[in-house]
Amino acid sequence: MKIFEYQAKELFDSYNIKTPKGGVCYSVQDAIDLYTKYNVDKVVIKAQVHVGGRGKAGGIKIANNINEVENLSNSILGMQIKGLTVDRVMIAQAVDIQMEYYLSFTIDRNSKSVILILSEEGGVDIEDIAAKTPHKILKFPIDTTIGVPDFFAQKAAYQLTSDKNIAFQIKEIIKNLYMLFIQKDCSLTEINPLVITKDGNVVAVDGKINFDDNALYRHPEILELNNPTEEEKKELNAKESGFSYIHIGGDIGCMVNGAGLAMATMDMIKLYGGEPANFLDIGGSSNPNKVIEAMKLLLSDKQVKVVLINIFGGITRCDDVAKGLLEAFSQIKTDIPVVIRLSGTNDKEGRELLKDSSLHIEHTMGEAISKAVELSKLTNPIN
Amino acid sequence: MSILINKDTRVLVQGITGRDGAFHTSKMIAYGTNVVAGTSPGKEGTIIPSGVPVYNCVEKAVNQTKANTSIIFVPAPFVKDAIMEAANSGISLIVCITEGVPTLDVIEAQAYVQRCGAMLIGPNCPGLISPQESLVGILPGNIFSNGKVGVISRSGTLTYEIVYNLTQNGLGQSTAIGVGGDPIVGLYYKDLLLMFQNDPQTQSIVVIGEIGGDAEEQAAEFIRDNITKPVVSFIAGKTAPADKRMGHAGAIISSGTGSAKEKREAFEKVGVPVADEPSQIPILIKALLKQS
Repeated sequence: MKIFEYQAKELFDSYNIKTPKGGVCYSVQDAIDLYTKYNVDKVVIKAQVHVGGRGKAGGIKIANNINEVENLSNSILGMQIKGLTVDRVMIAQAVDIQMEYYLSFTIDRNSKSVILILSEEGGVDIEDIAAKTPHKILKFPIDTTIGVPDFFAQKAAYQLTSDKNIAFQIKEIIKNLYMLFIQKDCSLTEINPLVITKDGNVVAVDGKINFDDNALYRHPEILELNNPTEEEKKELNAKESGFSYIHIGGDIGCMVNGAGLAMATMDMIKLYGGEPANFLDIGGSSNPNKVIEAMKLLLSDKQVKVVLINIFGGITRCDDVAKGLLEAFSQIKTDIPVVIRLSGTNDKEGRELLKDSSLHIEHTMGEAISKAVELSKLTNPIN
Repeated sequence: MSILINKDTRVLVQGITGRDGAFHTSKMIAYGTNVVAGTSPGKEGTIIPSGVPVYNCVEKAVNQTKANTSIIFVPAPFVKDAIMEAANSGISLIVCITEGVPTLDVIEAQAYVQRCGAMLIGPNCPGLISPQESLVGILPGNIFSNGKVGVISRSGTLTYEIVYNLTQNGLGQSTAIGVGGDPIVGLYYKDLLLMFQNDPQTQSIVVIGEIGGDAEEQAAEFIRDNITKPVVSFIAGKTAPADKRMGHAGAIISSGTGSAKEKREAFEKVGVPVADEPSQIPILIKALLKQS
């Protein structure tokens, strides 16, 4: 789960990580009021969206007076960034920058632990630093049984600076950011840039926090911050019905048991010259209600011209799956052709049960996918 | 021979009285797995349909039944404790089936397992099987056959699809392992590749990868330096969009890395052929075996 920058900064504040004075605004009037209240000259107006690259898209601007605050917030509110509409902006006091660093904690698959990442090249995407100057990225794997003691945070801080005062502040931030990461079950806590101001203060000028979805059950306060996009809402609804769904955009709707097989099915559709409409893993059950729910979801996508159901029967036997499908399709009325591939445990019995239905029954994955691709190429692929 | 489990493996089921635990216990027993004990706190002495003795704690179960391998079905919030309890009680191989375990819990549990000198497979995995010897997991035993192909996979049903193709083409398996679909899991490619390399029964190895992380890239380097047996691969997720979790928590292309293309290139660079579709795997293996 992702949260907005202003929400991340509120969490930083609660962990004693200094951020520039700032707040969220939903309208131009909010922005003007907040600017007036802060009583400063220069502020930064920042689009609040769950994607990177806001600056390049024109979603971050500096305003020097009340007129600029009005004009710029007016232009940023409502703008589109990577397909997302900006419905709120952050107004933050501008700071005098002396140095910009990068600081984050994330999950590292290789060391199977949490890892601290530092760089003296702050303010740009960490991916860019990794690509251009990988030697400037410093990584410190953490033993979570001892966490981040003073000596460890200090060692890391002195890699960035030799100034005792600055190093002390960075050390405290490293420790506090780690506490936040652990206590809130994050998958990323990132400060970029971490700014050293001209008057010697260390502040988090931009921040990003992602949370581990598997751990949200123990953080109701974090779940309250969730603000899913329309697409994410559809995915969340699917999750509540017990499957995972991701919209892709082609015309062959897919329903598959298992995530790996679902990905392989999409890949093969593409390989055979078709376009998958979605990723949909219905999990391992023959429950007709699940199939009905999944079909509704697929058919709600008006681009879908063919539905491909790819089931490998393991513990769930193919004859049970076939019974579930027959029951489901007795309740679903659609002109869209449906191709079904059943293979695995009791597959002959399963296909036998379906042979009198209007469904296209196939044996192998290759056969089913070529059939679905062929049907999707017809202009009017009605049965 | 096989790796990790064989007919002498003595299995303990943690969470044996739950719905999934009970169901798969009966499946494992039907396959021939030697299930010697189960745990479920507060239910010691309960008679269950499978007839397996139930204990409150793993330690007592181990002392009384000499269980050496455990399989975990307990709900996600209790998994960290269940893994640590097994490791603390002298279990040497811990297989965690449960899905949805918080990542930080896995990190801590895995570190403890390592300190105890035990091994963890999973979480969020289908388990493993040495055909005709032992099944410790939820895999459908009937599609496997005994033979010489070692299988390592990040997926469940995709593994079954590929194994089904292997079996249909007369290529049995020595051991097949699902390592789990989460970002952090226990045993991974390198550990298992080395075990298969050292296993006399195993003649060739199939690696079933998917998008997310760089484990396949690392496995490729490891194969180049350490593995002399033929290895073939399949990688799922070529068409997956960036920044979306494709069902498995670990299957995500993030910050521009973890794509199927990079993984494919890494494998091909070290002479590991990558199949375009599951049905090509047996053909690739047979071709490599002919060469060697």
